[in-house]
Amino acid sequence: MAAPDTRSEPAPLAPAPLPNGRGIELVLLAFAAVLVTGALVLVEANQEQQLTRSLLFVGLAYLGLFTIAHFAVRRFAPFADPLILPCVALLNGLGLVMIHRLDLAEVDQALALGRDVPTELIGRQVAWTAIGLALFVAALWLVRDHRTLARYAYTAGFAGIVLLALPGLLPSSISEVNGAKLWIRVGPVGIQPGEFAKILLIVFFAAFLVQKRDLFTTAGRRFLGMELPRARDLAPLLLAWGMSVGVLVLENDLGTSLLFFGILLAMLYVATERVSWMLIGLMFFFAGCTIAYHLFAHVRVRVQVWLDPFGDFANTGYQIGQALFSLGTGGVGGTGLGAGRPDLVPFAESDFMLSSLGEELGLIGLAAILVIYLVLITRGLRSALAVRDSFGKLLAAGLAFALALQIFIVAGGASKLIPLTGLTLPFLSYGGSSLVANYALVALLLRISHAARAPLPRRPATPLPPIAEAGTELVERPR
Amino acid sequence: MNTPIRRIAIAVMVMILLLMSNLTYVQVVKAGDYRNDPRNQRVLLSEYSRKRGQISANNQILASSVETNDRLRYQRQYSDGAVYGPITGYYSVIYGSSGIERASDSVLNGSDDRLFGRRLSDLITGRDPSGGNVVLTIDPNVQQTAYDQLQRNGYTGSVVAIRPQTGEILAMVSTPSFDPNPLASHNSDQQNSAWKADRDANPPVLINRAISETYPPGSTFKLIDTAAALSSGRYTPDSQLTAAPRVTLQGTNTTLENFNGNACGTSPTASLRDALQRSCNTAFATLGADLGEQAIRDQANAFGIGQSLSIPMPVAPSTIGDIPDTAALEQSAIGQRDVALTPLQNAMIVATIANGGQVMAPHLVKEIQSQELDPVATTEPDRLGRAIDPTVARTLTDLMVNNENSYQGAGKITGVQIAAKTGTAEHGNDPKNTPPHVWYVGFAPANNPQVAVAVLVENGGDRNNLAATGGAVAGPIGRAVIRAALGGGQ
Repeated sequence: MAAPDTRSEPAPLAPAPLPNGRGIELVLLAFAAVLVTGALVLVEANQEQQLTRSLLFVGLAYLGLFTIAHFAVRRFAPFADPLILPCVALLNGLGLVMIHRLDLAEVDQALALGRDVPTELIGRQVAWTAIGLALFVAALWLVRDHRTLARYAYTAGFAGIVLLALPGLLPSSISEVNGAKLWIRVGPVGIQPGEFAKILLIVFFAAFLVQKRDLFTTAGRRFLGMELPRARDLAPLLLAWGMSVGVLVLENDLGTSLLFFGILLAMLYVATERVSWMLIGLMFFFAGCTIAYHLFAHVRVRVQVWLDPFGDFANTGYQIGQALFSLGTGGVGGTGLGAGRPDLVPFAESDFMLSSLGEELGLIGLAAILVIYLVLITRGLRSALAVRDSFGKLLAAGLAFALALQIFIVAGGASKLIPLTGLTLPFLSYGGSSLVANYALVALLLRISHAARAPLPRRPATPLPPIAEAGTELVERPR
Repeated sequence: MNTPIRRIAIAVMVMILLLMSNLTYVQVVKAGDYRNDPRNQRVLLSEYSRKRGQISANNQILASSVETNDRLRYQRQYSDGAVYGPITGYYSVIYGSSGIERASDSVLNGSDDRLFGRRLSDLITGRDPSGGNVVLTIDPNVQQTAYDQLQRNGYTGSVVAIRPQTGEILAMVSTPSFDPNPLASHNSDQQNSAWKADRDANPPVLINRAISETYPPGSTFKLIDTAAALSSGRYTPDSQLTAAPRVTLQGTNTTLENFNGNACGTSPTASLRDALQRSCNTAFATLGADLGEQAIRDQANAFGIGQSLSIPMPVAPSTIGDIPDTAALEQSAIGQRDVALTPLQNAMIVATIANGGQVMAPHLVKEIQSQELDPVATTEPDRLGRAIDPTVARTLTDLMVNNENSYQGAGKITGVQIAAKTGTAEHGNDPKNTPPHVWYVGFAPANNPQVAVAVLVENGGDRNNLAATGGAVAGPIGRAVIRAALGGGQ
């Protein structure tokens, strides 16, 4: 029988709730909504449209979806970084406006030529946005602590490899679109499993590298002032390289192959802190490039087109040539939303979203968009710096860098900085898989940023009472 | 792990910076090139929504824009499309533009600086902006005659007529030609199929033979030899040249022979006058060797060969090619080997002789007009330099009159004295079994030249006509064009 607990101190005053940035997030989301609606109105005005129902539909859908997302963050990850979601919302909104704008151009074109009006893409993309946000909320709800993901590392890795290899192994009738075997198409719906494999493999690699980290950092031989890894530790690099080459061979896709290799190399560097791994990886990369260049005609064509897009303008150089015309016509200020002709570029709504935006928003608009991306990525990397566990650091760094590299590859390709490879601009381009997968990616980043910014759980404050105040007890001698 | 993450962050910033720098390069430094590239249809598309200026010649409208109901608000229309096609060019939404449509684009679309004042007033008065008009130097009567002459016989060829005193181009024909109307269609299927048909046509139709193709001038080049010989002071029309039916090229075993292997007259030598009239190859090969490469080359350059011209369309430079040795010089002197002239260049040569040796810049645009047809700028005749002395020009004229009076062939004009030279040029890999390109160059009236003409008919006008000559095939065309230019009927 215990005496009533009268000794415990009165409960301390509850501290003022830490500012978690949710208010800022809401304000910025509203700002993004204003910008996107403004963009939509410009498009409608310049395309001489009336306030149609589709306009209302797009605008309302946008506002509704992100309000839900905001409350999900408030509920499940209250300390998450407040800048990430508004950046994503703005990018996604601009993407929707641009896709709608290109729809109008397609319809116009069809009417002018007396052809059947094509199905508008905007409806689908809004649906994909909804699915993406649903997955975003689900991910926040299910993954309450990112460290639990480490437990499923090998499952994720296996699933990732299967997803990655699946289109390559399936018959072309299901998996091939425009020469790249990246798809699984069932009826009208197509999925690019590679986009999801990207996240799964980053999770796997983060867990794997954290687990084996000590192994890799054991010194190997020193050579030219660098510590070279032991041969058997090269396995992950070889795996990464093999996977990239596999994608390239099986699926004809340079972009994804480059992306995977780059991500894994960066993660390896973060995990080992060894520059030597980077150098060896880059050597692998250049060897792979050289071999691919000599083995595959389509790689040679890409390089040729990159060097001189106007040499074969009528055929292979047409896409990139048109993209350059589009960007050049846009110039510094752009033609204004809805006032250019971005639809002249093939794949204007997906691979060449950059040139579509560049033509109508100009260099100024593109620079702004790149800065939004930069904010998004640096906020991710900041979370990686701040989070306390190694797995979280590695995961956040991997996810953020994946975004960065993808943007570099696709934007660089569309503006002739590097050879063109087919990838989508995250959140901006038309494409369901990319959008949904990137929402999952952002959910994980938010989850990690929540862990990084949340105050440390307070230890139970039950200080022992001073010994002198301890009461005496009568202890019966055992019989 | 934080150090590598910070470095990754720096790497990401570098990547974004690289993208921005490259975009700056594309959208600022190269922007002008990309924007104005003829393959970039954007400018064209925005221009379609403005009223483009008209192209006219002597009060006849050749190309104009009429209002339509579809999204591209104006439709380009060409009257007598095929006759003027090589001059006006086409103006296609998908395939860009050519000819005057391209070369005078800034005037026609209204962006030319000379139209600035008008643009400003458009802006203030709120009037729909529209382009300026281009008036050509072309004489529709001469153009139509020249086109009919070639087209009626199914010839592949070109005619250029120039007013010698000014360099105004009175006619510039290339056959077979194309109709620019379907290429300007707003129906892209129609545009497509017309483009494919035009692009794949054989003989090609989209090329303007008068300025974009070069041909061996054959015997018409002997005018340049003669000019060089007379200018050297060592030769007069009466100087005697070899009359041998064939000569061996210096340092080789190859022989060069006269047309049909004939001797140049009955005596062992022939005068320069007779050699030019009979167009004796042996005489001019020897003459060329005697004058030397430099003299021939200088004389050719003085007539404008090797110069880049724009009329305002760019003209392919003519050339006399590399002349490594005397044997090559002997062949080049009779307008063979690597000598290649555009029909325009050959017309310039006779125009220069007709103009007393003064080379005039050939041009097609007479005047630029504002939207309201007020003149904004007029092209002044431009002297490019002196090719020969007036006395040499006079002597050459006499020699050419002597030529014309000896020529057979139809179309002589009573009361008008023409000065001319014919040419029959071998070409191809198997020259003896390929019909020759045939030429006729001349001007009239000889004592007061009003028009200089060059006629070229590819392959003698007939794949099987191995015996075609300039006098028989090209001569009558040239005379008909001269008659039209001098105001006669067809």
